[in-house]
Amino acid sequence: MTHKLIVDCSTGVTTEVELTAEEIAQREADAAAFAEIKAAEEAAAQAKADAKASAEAKLAALGLTADEIAALN
Amino acid sequence: MANTYTAIATVTVGSGGAASIEFSSIPATYTDLQLLVSIREETSATSVAFIKFNNTTANRSERYLQGNGSTAVSGTTAVLQFIACAPTDTANTFGNASIYIPNYAGSNYKSVSSDSVSENNATGAFSRLVAGLWSDTSAINQITITTDTGDVAQYSTATLYGIKNS
Repeated sequence: MTHKLIVDCSTGVTTEVELTAEEIAQREADAAAFAEIKAAEEAAAQAKADAKASAEAKLAALGLTADEIAALN
Repeated sequence: MANTYTAIATVTVGSGGAASIEFSSIPATYTDLQLLVSIREETSATSVAFIKFNNTTANRSERYLQGNGSTAVSGTTAVLQFIACAPTDTANTFGNASIYIPNYAGSNYKSVSSDSVSENNATGAFSRLVAGLWSDTSAINQITITTDTGDVAQYSTATLYGIKNS
């Protein structure tokens, strides 16, 4: 898609405007930046999940039941 | 809805979708703004959309709390993000967002709060609450809605309301 919708709030008129080369480049840069953010979020979430699983395994090894481990959450 | 709400403008995306939706020349005659969005992505599968003010991506930040029904995550980002439905979601479903911007025409930094969901009618659905800030003292006169890499799908809608305190 190479156009954007612009709503002029002073007139209520909506127009379709072609993206400029600069806007397309900015859009690609924004997407790349977001991909980095998302990757960092997913890595953090995975690390947290891994730590939780590891802790639960250690608790189970100490003899806690699944219900007892769940009660700690 | 209180009679202090005025629908400034509304837009529905037409056939073929659009790269973005932009509200321009927003009058400074209200105290607050509220943006209500029903949105679906056409080509991306990440279920997110963004807003930016005055055509700049600088100086945005947010703290979010997001859940999908079984797990919840929280964190901070350097964008202002809300939930959209992705092409992989159930057909004909749209994400739903309410974005509130108090004192948008003032000379302080602009706080933003948003509450958004993906209404997927399936097991995978998200809800996201955001406490955001645009660290800029300019009056907001332009708001742009985009997705991350894809386009905004046909039949997505956005309505901008102006709110007066009297």
